[in-house]
Amino acid sequence: MVELWYGITSVMLAAYVVMDGFDLGAGAVHCLVARTNEERRQTLAAIGPFWDGNEVWLLASGGALFVAFPKVLAVGVSGFYFAIFLVLWTLILRGLAIEFRSHVNDALWRAAWDFIFSLASTLLAVFFGAALGNLIRGVPLDQNGWFALPLFTDFSGRNPVGILDWYTVLVGLFAWAALAAHGAVFLTWKTNGAVGTRSHALGSRLYFATAILWVAATLATIYVNPEIFQALTRRPLAWFCLLVAVLGAVQVFFGLARGAHLRAFVGSSCFLAAVLAATATCFFPTMLRATTDPALTVTAYAAASDPQGLRTALGWWVVGFPLAILYFVINFRLHRGKATAAAEGHGY
Amino acid sequence: MRDALLWHRLQFAFTVIYHYLFPNLTMGLALLIVVMKAMALKSGDECWNRVTRFWIRIFGINFAVGVVTGIPMEFQFGTNWAGFSRYAGSVVGHTLAMEGLFAFFLESSFLSLLVWGEQRLNQVGHFIAAVALFVGSWLSGYFIVATNAFMQHPTGYAIGADGSLRLADFWAFVLNRWALMEYAHNMLSSVVTAAFVVCAVGAYYLLRGRHSEAAGRFLSVGTTVGVIAAVLVVFPTGDRQAKLVARYQTPSLAAMEGRFESGPMAPIVLIGQPNVSARRLDNPIRIPGMLSFLAYGTFHSDVKGLLAFSPDTWPDNIELLYYSFHIMAGLGTIMMAIMVLAAILKWTGRLARSRWLLWVLMAAFPLPYIAVTAGWLTAELGRQPWVVYGLQRTADAASPSVHAGTALFTLIGFCGLYFVIGVLFLFMIGREIAHGPVEIGAEVARG
Ligand code: HDD
Ligand code: HEM
Ligand code: HEM
Repeated sequence: MVELWYGITSVMLAAYVVMDGFDLGAGAVHCLVARTNEERRQTLAAIGPFWDGNEVWLLASGGALFVAFPKVLAVGVSGFYFAIFLVLWTLILRGLAIEFRSHVNDALWRAAWDFIFSLASTLLAVFFGAALGNLIRGVPLDQNGWFALPLFTDFSGRNPVGILDWYTVLVGLFAWAALAAHGAVFLTWKTNGAVGTRSHALGSRLYFATAILWVAATLATIYVNPEIFQALTRRPLAWFCLLVAVLGAVQVFFGLARGAHLRAFVGSSCFLAAVLAATATCFFPTMLRATTDPALTVTAYAAASDPQGLRTALGWWVVGFPLAILYFVINFRLHRGKATAAAEGHGY
Repeated sequence: MRDALLWHRLQFAFTVIYHYLFPNLTMGLALLIVVMKAMALKSGDECWNRVTRFWIRIFGINFAVGVVTGIPMEFQFGTNWAGFSRYAGSVVGHTLAMEGLFAFFLESSFLSLLVWGEQRLNQVGHFIAAVALFVGSWLSGYFIVATNAFMQHPTGYAIGADGSLRLADFWAFVLNRWALMEYAHNMLSSVVTAAFVVCAVGAYYLLRGRHSEAAGRFLSVGTTVGVIAAVLVVFPTGDRQAKLVARYQTPSLAAMEGRFESGPMAPIVLIGQPNVSARRLDNPIRIPGMLSFLAYGTFHSDVKGLLAFSPDTWPDNIELLYYSFHIMAGLGTIMMAIMVLAAILKWTGRLARSRWLLWVLMAAFPLPYIAVTAGWLTAELGRQPWVVYGLQRTADAASPSVHAGTALFTLIGFCGLYFVIGVLFLFMIGREIAHGPVEIGAEVARG
């Protein structure tokens, strides 16, 4: 049961990264690939129907963590207090930018929201990567099982650690490159004209950067958290995930080169999901790794809710999850085809 | 970090009150939009379609702000109330997670179809999108209210080996009787809000002499639905809520009524100021026996006063609790009177000519917002000093690792950000109202 819920939580989180990843990424490249108002409305129209639903994956994975591992949620989320609020405020500004930009037909109003939208999306991609980096590196749990992290210390990655150090910033950059590339590939698939062409060119270049940073981040991870690497040798599932990740990345390159844009997008999604899945597989059963004293590390078994509660949650989860997928299928089907900028007053 | 507790509480109170201003309208408006769209489908009349589109645009803006301010709420259980999450997460995690899975996915997937998708769907499809959004938002209301009801009156739990709560009976938890009553009362208050807002805009257009045809329909939907909801919110649901409080949170009822002494023939207090240090109510105007009757059904029932309980089980802000409750109940009576009058005049065809009542309707739209906020203050302050009634104290619920200064910092951050959002929101709503319920084609010319 505990393993299953660890898996469910990881799957939901991966779904968040893949889904919200494409609209965050599209935001990160928004000002680069779309120059005129018409073009910018096109990128917004491409993500407009989806971004809110994508963001719900964050809430839903938070919910899964809450119900299955309340102790991790309590310790982890309060420990990252400051960083969480930075993320939340950035999410707020970004959501408002998407929803409010096109309501007022004024060049300055729109330019301001475009800027906020791009900046917020970029920052969020980096923040999420840094958050992952923090989990892998570990947090300074105290004797009572709580921690509080400063924003940064000396960037050495050793105690006393901060949220930002060389390692977490590196993972943040990797996440930025991967999500921006993902977003560019999405736009290549969903838009045409100048936006499509520019996204295509940018997507290929960003994927090269992603590949390089991936190698760098992996090497750094081996250095920062050797246990992850040791687990890798013992877990076939992790090998399988890595294989999928490599195949996904290859699909992106082929898909972009041959003009098979949906294939590139699927490849990119597989890449992101598989990298996360490999990490989660190797990390298990650790959930909060202590940098202070390995004995304080919180494992999934120690943090989980009671078995009966987990079974009950599974009961409604198997109903709710397919429903959520169904809504996404309906939404994607109704918005199939290339996104075009709607007439003023009719859409994003 | 005990000294941080105040900031945690103020931050949660501020952010949730602010958040709720938006769902409070959208949940009720979703119902009215379904009604309007159904009228449009049934009559095939273009004016109903224009009316529906106008309210969908207002809905969209409110919804967007509701979404962005809702996301921080979900996370504050972890950031600010880690003690609570750790203690009760295995139980309340269920409803919070189900809200995401069952309600938010539904809402967010159909929102853009409702707001922007009319051309993409046919008319029936558009109606279905409206219904989907209505169902989604009312479901999300249920899950969050059920979470809150567990905190007010815990059911279906057991205490686990490590002292934290675990779920023992799923249905007892989800179908908590407190949740059912709280939900009915709360959703009705949301419908009252939407009805008042729709009427206020209609009255404004009539007074201005603009969009009279559409404004007439605003008023007919608003008064019809409004009068039903305004009555039901007071009776039976408000009355039943108070009975639940009397039964399960007896000290809260005493504090809500500013009652210190116990005894039968308890009076209800219309006006008065609680004087907690002197343990009495100053300048009261009372109706004898009414409180005994309303709380327990007979005039001779004994209603306990605060002095019957040890002060460490008293709500910690008795004055605010007392005023909040009286504001809610007082406004409930006033709003019921306004709606009944408006509905009678509407049905007899005299509303459009009664300028004074149009003025009242136009000016009355803040009242439901005030009543709802006061109602939540009543519920949440009345629950004190417990975060989970009878089980965990609020003082033990806060995050131990967050310092007072940090919590104050984020509170100030929210104040600034939400101020800006408020200004932008009012600006956008003002534009929509100035633009009015006119044909979509006319919008291209706007700018
Ligand atoms: C339009 C808004 C509105 C109106 C007119 C009323 N209420 Fe209310 N009331 C609410 C809106 C509300 C609310 C904001 O929706 C609350 C907060 C929690 C809840 O479920 O509903 C609430 C809570 C609430 C509580 C607190 C329950 C608790 O402690 O958990 C009581 C006792 C009442 N109500 C009773 C009444 C009575 C006797 C009313 C009639 C005169 C009344 N309400 C009118
Ligand atoms: C829109 C409706 C709501 C309003 C206006 C509201 C208002 C408040 C207020 C004023 C407080 C501070 C109480 C105090 O300082 O004494 C508070 C606290 C709190 N509320 Fe609510 N609340 C609402 C809904 C909810 C819901 C639905 C939940 C649960 C799901 C909830 C959970 C909490 C928690 C955890 C606290 C902190 C602990 C405490 O101070 O009691 N609230 N709320
Ligand atoms: C009485 C209390 C509350 C009710 C009835 C309520 C209801 C709603 C509704 C209907 C929405 C949809 C958006 C909208 O219509 O504006 C919404 C959004 C949201 N609410 Fe609340 N809410 C309440 C309080 C809270 C609290 C205490 C939390 C935190 C747990 C919360 C979390 C959220 C979140 C995360 C969203 C965004 C969902 C999305 O992205 O689609 N709400 N709320």
